[in-house]
Amino acid sequence: MEVRVANVRKEFERFPALHDVSLDIKSGELIALLGPSGSGKTTLLRLIAGLERPTRGKIFFGEEDASQKSIQERNVGFVFQHYALFRHMTVADNIGFGLKVRHGPTRPSAQEIRRRASELLDLVQLSGLEKRYPAQLSGGQRQRVALARAMAIEPAVLLLDEPFGALDAQVRRELRRWLRDIHDATGHTTVFVTHDQEEALELADRVVVMSQGRIEQVGTADEIYDTPNSPFVYGFIGESSSLPVKVEDGQVWIADRPIGLSATQAPQGEATLFFRPHDVELVDECNGCIAGTVAASRRVAGTRRVELEIGGERQRVEIELPVDHPAAQKSRVAFRPRRWKLFPAA
Amino acid sequence: MADPEIKSYAPHHESQSAAVTESRPAKAVLMIVTFAFLGIFLLLPLIVVFNEAFAKGLGAYTEALTNPDTRSAIHLTLLVAAISVPLNVVFGISAAWAIAKFEFKGKAFLTTLIDLPFSVSPVISGLVYVLLFGAQGLLGAWLKAHGIVILFAVPGIVLATIFVTFPFVARELIPLMQEQGNGDEEAALSLGANGWQAFWYVTLPNVKWGLLYGVLLCNARAMGEFGAVSVVSGHIRGLTNTMPLHVEILYNEYNAAAAFAVASLLAGLALVTLVLKTLLEMRYGAEIAATRGH
Repeated sequence: MEVRVANVRKEFERFPALHDVSLDIKSGELIALLGPSGSGKTTLLRLIAGLERPTRGKIFFGEEDASQKSIQERNVGFVFQHYALFRHMTVADNIGFGLKVRHGPTRPSAQEIRRRASELLDLVQLSGLEKRYPAQLSGGQRQRVALARAMAIEPAVLLLDEPFGALDAQVRRELRRWLRDIHDATGHTTVFVTHDQEEALELADRVVVMSQGRIEQVGTADEIYDTPNSPFVYGFIGESSSLPVKVEDGQVWIADRPIGLSATQAPQGEATLFFRPHDVELVDECNGCIAGTVAASRRVAGTRRVELEIGGERQRVEIELPVDHPAAQKSRVAFRPRRWKLFPAA
Repeated sequence: MADPEIKSYAPHHESQSAAVTESRPAKAVLMIVTFAFLGIFLLLPLIVVFNEAFAKGLGAYTEALTNPDTRSAIHLTLLVAAISVPLNVVFGISAAWAIAKFEFKGKAFLTTLIDLPFSVSPVISGLVYVLLFGAQGLLGAWLKAHGIVILFAVPGIVLATIFVTFPFVARELIPLMQEQGNGDEEAALSLGANGWQAFWYVTLPNVKWGLLYGVLLCNARAMGEFGAVSVVSGHIRGLTNTMPLHVEILYNEYNAAAAFAVASLLAGLALVTLVLKTLLEMRYGAEIAATRGH
């Protein structure tokens, strides 16, 4: 099912949580809402689910306006952050709940509900645990039961709120791969919320980066990482270094020295230069480059991170060098970013 | 964001470190003080009640209990409890639901109001009803004109009992429901349940043990209430005397054996309540821990 969020604004007691957000989700897509806490990602998810009503704007399921529909009518599968499993019900009863509460002819027989529950348990690889209670399951198992329960109602859209938030790193990675497999097998349109960029970039077809109630950028993992469209996205996704610079005569300047980057398109004046610490080229002859004194040097796994002080203002930036690179021993290092981007100074 | 599993399996009382464990003599003193206190102030009176009740033999005991006035008192007490406890269950659940699950203006006021019966002397609550429904009261003339009798009759006793026992169910449920939050209900709704189904299949089972404790306490108090009922009942023998009032009358008539015989029934009720509670905890301990835990 296609989902279209059109100019949605949401206020809580006059405090805006979302400003004019629009988003098109394609049918069968696995999409991640990524952002720091307070960015409005969970609010957006709850709005799509119908757990909240938008202050303004509309939400379409396919061609149909779902904004005024209740959560029951929207037929969404929602997996809650802490799973919200019914603790007095067995695993099988939890999964069958959505079918049991149906009315009239749409309600399957008790036998059919049991059959569906054990089928879904097979799908989430928990066969044989029908009779257990949620308290007798591990965190990862509860997560899977919650997903099976949400899928039992054959939802139009599957919505997951921080699905791996309460799990430890090891289980997280396993479940991530597993969720991708399930998605590919069932083809549900799926939206999940996360604050973990690794999770979003690895798992999702497209990532929606959010900040302060706005969507900053929507794109594939490659697009988001390689061509961030705002200082926020540059800083939030992956490692980044930034320096205050000036644009004049189509050149980028630090203080009174051009650094060998031509910026004919950029507007004149103050700007901020962003680049990835690992995406730099070391130069010997500083004929237009960024040069700085080594302030600190740290070994991080397979690389060495060097902190440089640049110019009279002693601006600090980080770059990454191969561990055995001779430049790491020097007290002065000159480099030029290979890939970089300028944003006008705010 | 701790793993909930770790939380629910961690034993609560065995996790004390050596640093906060008292020394042996201190432990002994504390335990002796506690047991002595409970023994003198709780257990001893209970023993005296039963001792006095059977002081003149089993025959006198059964005779006291089969006396028509006594039987009428027992009957009235059961009737009052049978009316007021279910009503307070409904009121208590509604109030707890409203306070725990919604945000609205005047919530703090409502919470305070629920505690009012605990902070007001029962005699005062009885007097309030006299002022309201009495012959000289606010509604007295109107009630008389329409032939409705509230004061010195069963309706007045029921009203006073409801007032006094109102907090028990609500107070037991509010913290429980607040702690559990809306998550389970939201999950139920998202799975297609309507409000009533969410309440019946999810909310109620989640609070059933708390509710049961509340009902037990509410019932014990409804049967044992003296002050408020005493003011509104009028002490008409065989008609408006509940068991506690009957005990007092018998005692004032120097009929100690009969007074204690009836009192032993009330004390028995308290014991039954306790035993019931303990049995439930033993039988469903794991399930209670599961619904109250994580």
